Amino acid sequence: MSPEQILQYIFAGITVGSIYAFVAIGYNIIYNTTGIINFAQGEFVMLGGMISFTLSKFMHLLPAIILAVLITAAIGGLIEIVFIRRMRKSSVLGMVVVTIGISILLREAALYIWDEQIRALSFFTGTEISSVNILGARISPQVLWVLGVTSIIVGGLYLFFKFTLTGQAMRACSENSRAAKLCGIKTDSMVNLSFMLSAGIGALGGCVVSPLTQTHYAMGTDLAIKGFIVAILGGLGNPIAAVAAGLILGLLESFSISILPMAYKDVISVIILLIILVVKPSGLFGSKQASSLKDF
Amino acid sequence: MKRYYPVIILFITIVVIQILTFVTGKGYMLTQLTMSAYYVLVAVGLCMVMGYAGQISLGQAGFFAIGGYTTAFLTTIDFSDKAGTAIYKLLDTLGLLITKETLYGDTIMHMSPWVSLVSAVIIAGITAYLLGIPVLKLKGHYLAMATMGFGIIIYRLVLGTKIFGEADGISNVPSFTIFPGLELSGDFSTRISNYYIAWLLVIAAILLMVNLINSRVGRALRSLHGGEDASDAMGVDTARYKVIVFVIGAVFAALAGFFMTHYNGGIGPSEAGVGKSVRYVAIVAVGGMANIWGSLVMGLILNFLSLRGVFGHFDDAVFGVILVVMMMFMPEGFIRIAVYRDIKSFFHKILNRRKVEKIKLEHSHE
Repeated sequence: MSPEQILQYIFAGITVGSIYAFVAIGYNIIYNTTGIINFAQGEFVMLGGMISFTLSKFMHLLPAIILAVLITAAIGGLIEIVFIRRMRKSSVLGMVVVTIGISILLREAALYIWDEQIRALSFFTGTEISSVNILGARISPQVLWVLGVTSIIVGGLYLFFKFTLTGQAMRACSENSRAAKLCGIKTDSMVNLSFMLSAGIGALGGCVVSPLTQTHYAMGTDLAIKGFIVAILGGLGNPIAAVAAGLILGLLESFSISILPMAYKDVISVIILLIILVVKPSGLFGSKQASSLKDF
Repeated sequence: MKRYYPVIILFITIVVIQILTFVTGKGYMLTQLTMSAYYVLVAVGLCMVMGYAGQISLGQAGFFAIGGYTTAFLTTIDFSDKAGTAIYKLLDTLGLLITKETLYGDTIMHMSPWVSLVSAVIIAGITAYLLGIPVLKLKGHYLAMATMGFGIIIYRLVLGTKIFGEADGISNVPSFTIFPGLELSGDFSTRISNYYIAWLLVIAAILLMVNLINSRVGRALRSLHGGEDASDAMGVDTARYKVIVFVIGAVFAALAGFFMTHYNGGIGPSEAGVGKSVRYVAIVAVGGMANIWGSLVMGLILNFLSLRGVFGHFDDAVFGVILVVMMMFMPEGFIRIAVYRDIKSFFHKILNRRKVEKIKLEHSHE
């Protein structure tokens, strides 16, 4: 393998990894405030891509994307109010089943609103054939957009959780929601906000990668699983580690194609999941002590 | 004896349904009823895992596929040109090779389905055992994802492997002669006997489970569902029981896969998909988790309607709605006595209100 080729694989891996990271960040935000894994997370990415594609016919790309993100965030908030809020006291088994049910409903709704055709947003800069030369590897400018948006999101989330009052309140909910309530934090609206935030982030991811990977009504399931693998790999509840884990999985997948048939690509990542779950459920970057206190 | 009454009622119902379809001339419905029976078998096994042991499994379609693909693969290899090999001699001396003539007059030899039946059960059992030991230590979301991960691996393997037919699956699976005169196949002439084969299999599975639930194992399982730590403290070997139930559920699914594949004459990768696994979970959820009869009735109704195409384009959506609505409003399931009590009291209220209003009216007239 020539150095240029290796570089090419690395860029492909980083792009795919960023998509997984988008989903994993969404999982983590909701998990932190509610202790729920929202299996419908992959559907938010799909909705983002689909809505922005439809809107982009009527307006410029930028307002279309912003509007798509807002609409998806509203859908996320609505899901929390209608379904999740009533389920607060139910078992983990019940939550798993309900969020899977919601993901099916979103997917089916998308099938009827749009259809089974594959759609793609137009490239943000240039066209599908334009490329940038970096150290001999030729990559699409859209890859740079993906990387840029991922870094902005990660940086923005870090600042949000660290320095804003709302972010701190959300962290307080994840530490101990009862104590947070006693301190006067409206835990209900924090949970709602976390659903809106992760739906919005998922939708933004869906818009940015749509020109590269296309958007399809049934893409959510695969993304949900990959995103979950990444979230576990990084340690559940740690959005920043999810990005690192996403890149690791993306790189592993992209290099695995050069050794194994394409059809087995998913098998590798699922096997990684099983190994991590059995050997170190706290994840690569998580602490064992902290995870033993959590209730899975 | 009392615990067998529902089984007897089930048997009578099965016979009545068969006679009804015969009398009304709707014999074609038996095909879907037979297929539903095999899906019910999976649901009943999963009911044991979810309801009694309290462990979610989103990989049941994977075990179904293991059963189906094992037999489809083994019984479609042609042995006629492998006459000299050791495995041929072994199977031949045991009388486990079946010679057949194809449409074009060529003779083909394939392995007896009895071999693949035993293989399917053993492979599914061992897989479930090896998977169950590490995975069943996990709980909640982790367990759900780990079992779903297993399902995805099986799905991807059958979809990406050439000997399993990739996206086309395996077709031309021969029929299975259980004993001379009784044949497991989708042939028109054997429709009624196949209907009974399928449902007798379900009855056998249910008899096994009814006995299991009312035994030492069953009590241990129920304590497991009630509180794992508590039953652990009482000396119940929780890890062992969980694995046992998981293996039973997997073997039921593999058996269903085996029979369905011979009945349909083939199997495709869609049977291994995650969507199928979710359906089984939906059926058990509607049936009321720890309720075999609920799973059976709902499994029969939903699968039958789905196979008849009643839901049309909304097939998947129906199962999605069921999952959400059941979990939100009736986490105890639909088939249970309390529901009837609620309905009864609801009607009582309406009737009584009418009476009260009537009386009021009469009073006002006076």
